[in-house]
Amino acid sequence: MGHGRRIAYFDGIRWVTGLGNINWFKYASPVTFYGLAGRMIPWFSAAAAVLAVAGIYIGFFVAPTDFQQGEAYRIIFIHVPASWMSMFIYVVMAVWAGFGLVLNTRLSSMMASALAPTGAMFAFIALWTGALWGRPMWGAYWVWDARLTSELILLFLYIGFMALQAAIDDPRRADRAGAVIALVGVVNVPIIYFSVLWWNTLHQGSSISVTKAPAMAHIMLTGMLVMAIAAWMYTIAVVLVRVRCIILERERHSAWVADLVKEAK
Amino acid sequence: MSDAGMFAILRCAIRRDLVLAMRRRADVLTTLFFFVIVVSLFPLGVGPEVNLLRSMGPGVVWVAALLASMLSLGRLFSGDHRDGTLEQMLLTPQPLPLLVFGKVVAHWLSSGVPLVFMAPVLGMQFGLSQDAVLVLMATLLLGTPVLSMIGAIGAALTLGLRGGGVLVSLLVLPLYIPVLIFGAGAVEASASGLGAQAHMSLLGAFLVASLLLAPWATAAALRISME
Repeated sequence: MGHGRRIAYFDGIRWVTGLGNINWFKYASPVTFYGLAGRMIPWFSAAAAVLAVAGIYIGFFVAPTDFQQGEAYRIIFIHVPASWMSMFIYVVMAVWAGFGLVLNTRLSSMMASALAPTGAMFAFIALWTGALWGRPMWGAYWVWDARLTSELILLFLYIGFMALQAAIDDPRRADRAGAVIALVGVVNVPIIYFSVLWWNTLHQGSSISVTKAPAMAHIMLTGMLVMAIAAWMYTIAVVLVRVRCIILERERHSAWVADLVKEAK
Repeated sequence: MSDAGMFAILRCAIRRDLVLAMRRRADVLTTLFFFVIVVSLFPLGVGPEVNLLRSMGPGVVWVAALLASMLSLGRLFSGDHRDGTLEQMLLTPQPLPLLVFGKVVAHWLSSGVPLVFMAPVLGMQFGLSQDAVLVLMATLLLGTPVLSMIGAIGAALTLGLRGGGVLVSLLVLPLYIPVLIFGAGAVEASASGLGAQAHMSLLGAFLVASLLLAPWATAAALRISME
């Protein structure tokens, strides 16, 4: 897309959304975003810490013992938010990568790269806590159930994305190649999920559903949602830290980074 | 461009790659024997019990087909990349997805189709019934082109990278999983009397979807890699 056309396109968005007064694209530049991210990190970190403490308190001290699963169910306060985040981050990552590919905005691709390790970490936590829960409940650390298997495949997809980006030295090619594989992955995720679902299922039904009333106690749900929001805040804070590192690394030859280094000395 | 012109280009692309494959027959045979060796290793690993082998057979053949198809991805673009042909292809006025499609079809003909014809022999090693072998061949015939299509995206993205061979397996194998599930599942379903039709329909759907989408994704990936 040519530069002029892109400006016209953005002006169109601003007009349609009625947000013309604010220049949203000011922060699409790594230089300005670097400062903004630095100012936002303490807030998100503090929110993550407060919410995590509150969520763990509700989960481990306020919520009653489950009449079927005993104390072991309490792992859901970590397991469920982690698996939600792992799935959601993949989609967000693919969206950022897609923006980077189509609009050629460098910062979007950097966001995608910054999201991948956190998503992979959450997928790993979801698998690990799931295994710890599975041992007392199913009598096995691992069963080849649909959701476990698709979570494992999701972890593979994250690792593939990171490995591809790590293997490419030129950052622009790494961004765009990563975007292609992220988009191919996001098209495949539902296909993989349903394939694995039809292949075998033994996992208990989803505890929370949009269409029917939640089957769990109110306080348990509260604890889980608080933990989910804490995971959100944590993700945003960590991703901002990481994107700042990526910006510095990529712009290390620019004047503003040199100024920054001079100030720090 | 007229339809006749498009078909001429496609035929030309396919014929060129097939001729190249025939000139290097050893590559084709290596893939085929890799497939045979991997499948033959399983009975040695798990023991020669007939019932166990019969239930494992379809899955083992399919996993080996996945690996064989993935291993042969290396030569899909790398030869043309090395001698500069690929660059010329990117510069031609002909649509790149069409050329890519031709290359992938040729790749399938030279690496996927031999696996289909080798499958009955391997099925016998695992004591599969005649019906099971026929279903296995049919699923391989439907599934291996999907593997070539998806694999081409990975091959294009890793073009010229260090450690490209291992990397392509990380990228491509998770995406092969649905094909594996329904390919091996079809044989089991037909053996248990459920009929393989549902599995075959899904494999057909994967084939159509990959034919529609993969050449474009591969062309985009090639442009990124060749910049």
